[in-house]
Amino acid sequence: MKRWLAAYAVAFYAFLHLPLLTLALFSFNSSRFTRWEGLSLTWYAAIFRDPQILEGAWNSIVIALWATALATVLGTLCAYGLWKRNSRTLTGALYLSLVTPEIVTGVSLLALFQFAFRWLHWQLGLYTVVIAHVAFSLAYVVIVVSARLRTVSPALEEAAMDLGATPLQAFWYVTLPALAPGILAAALLALTVSFDDYVITSMVAGVDSETLPMVIYAMARRGASPVINAISALITVVFGALILISERVRKT
Amino acid sequence: MKLRTSFLLPAWLWLALLFLAPFAIVLAYSFLTRVYVGVAPPWTAESYQRLFDPLYLVILARSFAIALAATALCLVFAFPAALFISRAARFKTLYLQLVMLPFWTSFLVRTYAWIFLLRDTGLVNTVLQALGLIHAPLPLLYNDGAVLLGLVYGYLPFMVLPIYATLERLDPSLVEAAADLGARPLATLFRVVVPLARPGIVAGSILVFIPCLGAYLTPDLLGGGRTVLVGNLVQNQFTTARDWPFGAAVSIALMLIVTLLLIAFLRRESEPLA
Repeated sequence: MKRWLAAYAVAFYAFLHLPLLTLALFSFNSSRFTRWEGLSLTWYAAIFRDPQILEGAWNSIVIALWATALATVLGTLCAYGLWKRNSRTLTGALYLSLVTPEIVTGVSLLALFQFAFRWLHWQLGLYTVVIAHVAFSLAYVVIVVSARLRTVSPALEEAAMDLGATPLQAFWYVTLPALAPGILAAALLALTVSFDDYVITSMVAGVDSETLPMVIYAMARRGASPVINAISALITVVFGALILISERVRKT
Repeated sequence: MKLRTSFLLPAWLWLALLFLAPFAIVLAYSFLTRVYVGVAPPWTAESYQRLFDPLYLVILARSFAIALAATALCLVFAFPAALFISRAARFKTLYLQLVMLPFWTSFLVRTYAWIFLLRDTGLVNTVLQALGLIHAPLPLLYNDGAVLLGLVYGYLPFMVLPIYATLERLDPSLVEAAADLGARPLATLFRVVVPLARPGIVAGSILVFIPCLGAYLTPDLLGGGRTVLVGNLVQNQFTTARDWPFGAAVSIALMLIVTLLLIAFLRRESEPLA
């Protein structure tokens, strides 16, 4: 049976990785058709000539950085508070936000913004996307930081306070440094989920806030193109590397 | 104010403003009446009655069927893989990371990969034609099969990891005992290993079934608009159809199903934020 399992594993990993590998391989094909003609960087050059892609990428970066910063700070505070004493209501709501179908989160936030706009004369834009991204990535941060907190002994803070530290000092000088790897991993996770999101973003984005996934989506709906292959390969490499780094950091 | 209270303040604000408030608004919309732009009184449960229209019951049933099929396929594909990883003598971490890696890269990219592979002029059809196996491209994309494939591909890691976690904790002496008592490897697998891996199988199934049930992106891209599932129905009502009350009612129904599934699951595994 061992041999069967090993043979199966080869097929399994091929199924997982071959689609992405061939996708990346054909981003270097000089032909626009799925017939190999020769190595070329034409499609990578095309990315940097397409103003829509560049603007989408820039919007995505701005949104992801803001959303990550906010979600990481708020999520870390929340995880710490829950570590002191759990709140079933908050924990339950965070869980529920994770399993809510993305499209439902998207339309609910759209409904919220439209409702608020009855009194505020604002409109959908980059900042509504940032708010939406904080809303759904908070749970990811809380879960990753909570996992790290479970390895921290409460005795350390007690010792610090016995030695005269205030609760805030104990948090800042004792627990927070011990959490740093978990916080960094959480931030990288928030960054990837924010950068990748299409469904929620497309519901709450304004006309001036088209993100990279929205540009890719519109192109993909019209059919495949080697330019999408090239963007896909770039995204996969950058975020694959980020995640590997975060895995390393999380385990230290 | 105590430190914990002030630290949890943003989270409570999130709960009130970004979780409960949108939900309350959608709930209210679902009981209102559709007007040209948006919603208005009178209050009515008509949107919920429309859910029982055969047209929409069929969409709901299809969503369930596809999510169920995706879950079953994930289970069949993931179990042997999890077994392989848990029994590997070396490189366990590497094998696990290889499962996770495509998962942590873009979901959109992973879905697009199947458009690239399956379309009429895609890699699969090109290769098959070059080999002379087929003369006209096979219609691989824009059907239920492609949607199913995309869902299985997208959520497979959700099934592998929990099953692996239970298999890893499994006491190897139980497997040895079964073998000593004369059980063949397959009998040991199905009568000892699989029952012991049940918690992982249940967790994995929930984790795959829930996102598949509400999937929007995969059916839209790989089904080419032909596969209407409940997620597409919600999106459509809020955008093109502009029937917010009905879209809201479908959302509430979907949330209700997901919440009930989650509660049933948490009753089993009460570990908080595991």
